[in-house]
Amino acid sequence: MNCDEFVELVTAYLEGALPLETEQRFVEHLAECDGCDRYLEQIRATVDALGHLPAQRLAPEARDRLLAAFRDWPAG
Amino acid sequence: MVDAVLPADAVVVARLRARDETMFAALIDAWSPGMVRAARAFVADDHTAQDVVQEAWLGVLRGIDGFQERSSLRTWVYRIVVNKAKTRGVRDARTVPASSLGLDDGPTVDPARFRGADDPYPGHWRSFPPAWPSPEDDAVAGETRRQLAAALAGLPDRQRVVVTLRDVSGHSSEEVCEMLSISAANQRVLLHRGRAALRATLEQHWIKEAMA
Repeated sequence: MNCDEFVELVTAYLEGALPLETEQRFVEHLAECDGCDRYLEQIRATVDALGHLPAQRLAPEARDRLLAAFRDWPAG
Repeated sequence: MVDAVLPADAVVVARLRARDETMFAALIDAWSPGMVRAARAFVADDHTAQDVVQEAWLGVLRGIDGFQERSSLRTWVYRIVVNKAKTRGVRDARTVPASSLGLDDGPTVDPARFRGADDPYPGHWRSFPPAWPSPEDDAVAGETRRQLAAALAGLPDRQRVVVTLRDVSGHSSEEVCEMLSISAANQRVLLHRGRAALRATLEQHWIKEAMA
């Protein structure tokens, strides 16, 4: 496998969506190519950082309005 | 994201149907931040995203008595968010398939990074991607998040929505396909292109920092 093919298969690999034969070639390449190892590691780091973006809170007034609406909601 | 504090769906649904306000408050607190983020991927500003999430919760109230539990409660709630956001989304005036704009085609890494056909090692890195500073460093982690938030906002719409739902909000690929009514293959292409573009932005940033 070449590096330019490897970088296009990274997401399918992480999703466990590669056909077995392709996954074997992917892992073999990973084991012998430091550049691709780093590329995959940086994709993982990017995904990890995305999971830690600061939360965007619901405004307190909106929360109060929703709870008031819930209180007044007729029983089903 | 793990909803460690929430009981199982069946319990939550039963309590909501019994009009247990504490349960509703807990649900709002646990899920609203992620919902605001998801909504923000569709609409142009924070204010509209807040509106969308309020509307979505009202939609949850309207629908909870008829909720069939065919999907998880969380997926069902997010689908309401997505539908509300789509009706409001100025950014959603985009039924043109992205592929027709060339956004879903072509390599995700600049071909110039790889050796040419006349090289003894065609298709291999000319030089390896440079190492990044350690994310253990708080300043690095903070800068990474700032760069990512800006780059995410600049992604093509469909990529931004998929990356937000998958990597920021932490939904599974099955959930995202269901919420957006797209195929698994389509979802994966959008996720792949989005992640690759975000990685490239971080790389550019750290190269620039190293030279400064």
